[in-house]
Amino acid sequence: MPGETVGLVGESGSGKTTLGRAVLGLAPVTGGSIRYAGREIGQLHRRERRELSSEIQVVFQDPYSSLNPALTIEQILIEPLTVRGVTSAAAKQRVATLLEQVGLPVDARSRLPREFSGGQRQRVAIARALALDPKLIVCDEPVSALDLSTQARVLDLFIEIQERTGVAYLFISHDLAVVRHVSHRVAVMYRGEIVESGDGDQVTARPEHPYTQKLFMAAPVPDPDQQEERRIARRRLMAIAAEG
Amino acid sequence: MTTAITPPNTIPTPTGRTSLLRRVIRRPLGAISLAFLLVVALIAVIGPLIAPYDPNLASLQLVLAQPSAEHPLGADSGGRDVLSRLLAATQISIAAALVALVTALLIGVIAGLIAGYYRGWFDNVASWFTALVMALPGIVVLLAARAVVGPSVWAAMFIFGILLAPAYFRLVYAAVSAVRSELYVDAARVSGLSDLRIISRHILSVVRAPIIIQSAIVAGIAIAIQSGLEFLGLGDMSVPTWGSMLNDGFINIYKAPLLMMWPSLAIALTSIALTLLANVMRDALERTVQVRRRRRRAVATATGSIAAVTTSIGTVTGGIGLDAEAEAEPTIRHADDERAAARAGDTILDVRDLRIGYGQDDGGTLEVVHGVSLDIRRGEVHGLIGESGSGKTQTAFAVLGLLPRGGRITGGSIDYEGVRLDTAGEREYTAIRGRRIGYIPQEPMSNLDPSFTIGSQLVEPLRVGLGLSKKDATEKALALLERVGIPDPKRTFAAYPHEVSGGMAQRVLIAGAVSTDPDLIIADEPTTALDVTVQAEVLDLLRDLQAERQMALLLVTHNFGVVADLCDRVSVMQHGLIVEHGPVRAIFGRAEHPYTRSLLGAILDEGPARAPLGGADIEQADIEDADIVKAAVVKGGAR
Repeated sequence: MPGETVGLVGESGSGKTTLGRAVLGLAPVTGGSIRYAGREIGQLHRRERRELSSEIQVVFQDPYSSLNPALTIEQILIEPLTVRGVTSAAAKQRVATLLEQVGLPVDARSRLPREFSGGQRQRVAIARALALDPKLIVCDEPVSALDLSTQARVLDLFIEIQERTGVAYLFISHDLAVVRHVSHRVAVMYRGEIVESGDGDQVTARPEHPYTQKLFMAAPVPDPDQQEERRIARRRLMAIAAEG
Repeated sequence: MTTAITPPNTIPTPTGRTSLLRRVIRRPLGAISLAFLLVVALIAVIGPLIAPYDPNLASLQLVLAQPSAEHPLGADSGGRDVLSRLLAATQISIAAALVALVTALLIGVIAGLIAGYYRGWFDNVASWFTALVMALPGIVVLLAARAVVGPSVWAAMFIFGILLAPAYFRLVYAAVSAVRSELYVDAARVSGLSDLRIISRHILSVVRAPIIIQSAIVAGIAIAIQSGLEFLGLGDMSVPTWGSMLNDGFINIYKAPLLMMWPSLAIALTSIALTLLANVMRDALERTVQVRRRRRRAVATATGSIAAVTTSIGTVTGGIGLDAEAEAEPTIRHADDERAAARAGDTILDVRDLRIGYGQDDGGTLEVVHGVSLDIRRGEVHGLIGESGSGKTQTAFAVLGLLPRGGRITGGSIDYEGVRLDTAGEREYTAIRGRRIGYIPQEPMSNLDPSFTIGSQLVEPLRVGLGLSKKDATEKALALLERVGIPDPKRTFAAYPHEVSGGMAQRVLIAGAVSTDPDLIIADEPTTALDVTVQAEVLDLLRDLQAERQMALLLVTHNFGVVADLCDRVSVMQHGLIVEHGPVRAIFGRAEHPYTRSLLGAILDEGPARAPLGGADIEQADIEDADIVKAAVVKGGAR
């Protein structure tokens, strides 16, 4: 849905990243369908795929390798625009707007990625994704490489941009708390399959599938007494699972 | 002579051509080589125009004439002016070398780009051809070619270019393969860039510098080979080249020894200049690569990153700048609660006013830890929490005596069970580290040697450290593996690190850390690299082992959940200082320092989930039973 965030949770190897890459056309699809705005996009030709680029965009996990170290921030942000035939003057104008949107100073444009911290680089990556006014952004672990407080600020930026532009997110993360914070709906992946999906509150607070329950119980709560309770509950759950 | 050339074995930084040129000129050797080559190039262009005589004009009076005013370099066996011939030969020799160079460049680079970027059948075919061409003896091919197409310099050099192409192919292929998997290339594809644009913008810029270096080497080889062919008399003798002049000089070496010197000088100096230039360029590039690698590693470790500290506090030379601040803002200390008080008194590790600095290039010292005091009591779990760059890992490494190169303790003391560690040398540390202090690292995989079995890596410290026999050590190692919850200890014992999962590897390292019954274990983000369900199991294991053996644990982490799960007391670090310290419940319940509060405030667990969006349901993206190729799932998981 436009303006909606769907969270995709899973552990490493569960296939969540691959699912995101399939939506982006970076991973081959061998069966089933991916429909976007009523249209099948699973098996698109490269040329058709390119036309979709103004609609579906991406923010990757690693803010260090997702920006070309040899290009300035402005060159990075202008790149998708010039492909669309935007004139150089209009593109420069757009870069200024984008930088402002993601909370970076305008003088950042002439600098290289290495001059920025992880959080700032991730802001640049978000600005690049926004450059073409997409309808859907696939966010692949966009905050897991960031410090706790930076992570919270970047997530708030994601939410703020969504509220303003109505963009939809497919938000991939291994962190239940992060997904819960940003997602309207949540899907849980385990060994290449979605085992549970539903409203954010439903899935993250009252999970039904045993795997989701295990995942939920495994995440330690930042409160010593509550965590002790959760630990006991988790061990009980494990014991039951072991018997059954 | 074969055409195998080792490509410069680095993938240099994508540096602009101008900056590379500038760096080359700054080195005297580079400037001289470049200047010489420019002169040669100039002669190649205007040589025939400034030649005093027609290079093919023969005069019987002048056969083997000595140098004179009219003929400064004399004349050759055909009575032709040597200077004029040398000037004209430069043009042809250089042009012939260029033919080989350009042929090799075009074939090698284009094939390398396509094979490296698209893979598939072209990759297989191209790699097969490369192997074939490299296996062919170059000179034999050239001789055969001459027999077929006749004595043409150009044809010979074109074929030689094909023989040289693998040198470029392999270089470009390796660089493209490396850069292809970079996320920014994926991002460019998602941005809708055409492949041509991606290659020219993101990929060519990476391979440009190594190609230039390779070209200098290849040009030198082409000149040498071309001269060699001509010298053997296999070329077209009517065309003046350095090689044919050499041939003529060699025949008349007794009558006119000087005749051989001029073409020899031209060939040797040009080849040497090209090789030296290539070396200088490689040196210039490699230096920047080293700097960048170091920087990236500093950032990549996330914890203890010097780079992050640099940005957060700016450069503090001599460590004076922050002293005032350090004293102005003392650590907030919460009194022990009942649980913490139970262990009061028996301190095993006492860190007092510890300062850690890194030597800078300018001779100053960048201080990253500005006076940290910390005490760990027997059998307690002490959490050291902070964000990247706060100095928490530096502090832990200082206790272990494992500061990265350039780092040293600049002040304060570390006292472990009565031994002063801050002044201890390597010899004293070997008796302590890994025996009386255990260590559990962040990345389990990179801390196991891939070329030894897990068993041998566990047994070795037991034999050396505790002096056990091989049999006893093996038994103890197997018991330990079983204790840390490894399902089939015998199989894991015989396995190599790549055969076990990350969670299992971390269990192995925990087994190793507790194997010598240390009183203190330092765990540096022990669960950060693990999945959350595995993390829970590893935390359980740590708790059980800790309670069972009454070891103290210094737990370095940025995860408040892990702290809440395990720790008895907590120290919060920021900018190389401990800002707040106290029992775990006091820190979570009554944090006073604004930084601790902001960290606790950034935790998302407590927040409400976002409500579902109601209303207009225009279906936008819908994935139904998308069955993605198996291999791709594995690849995705590895990311």
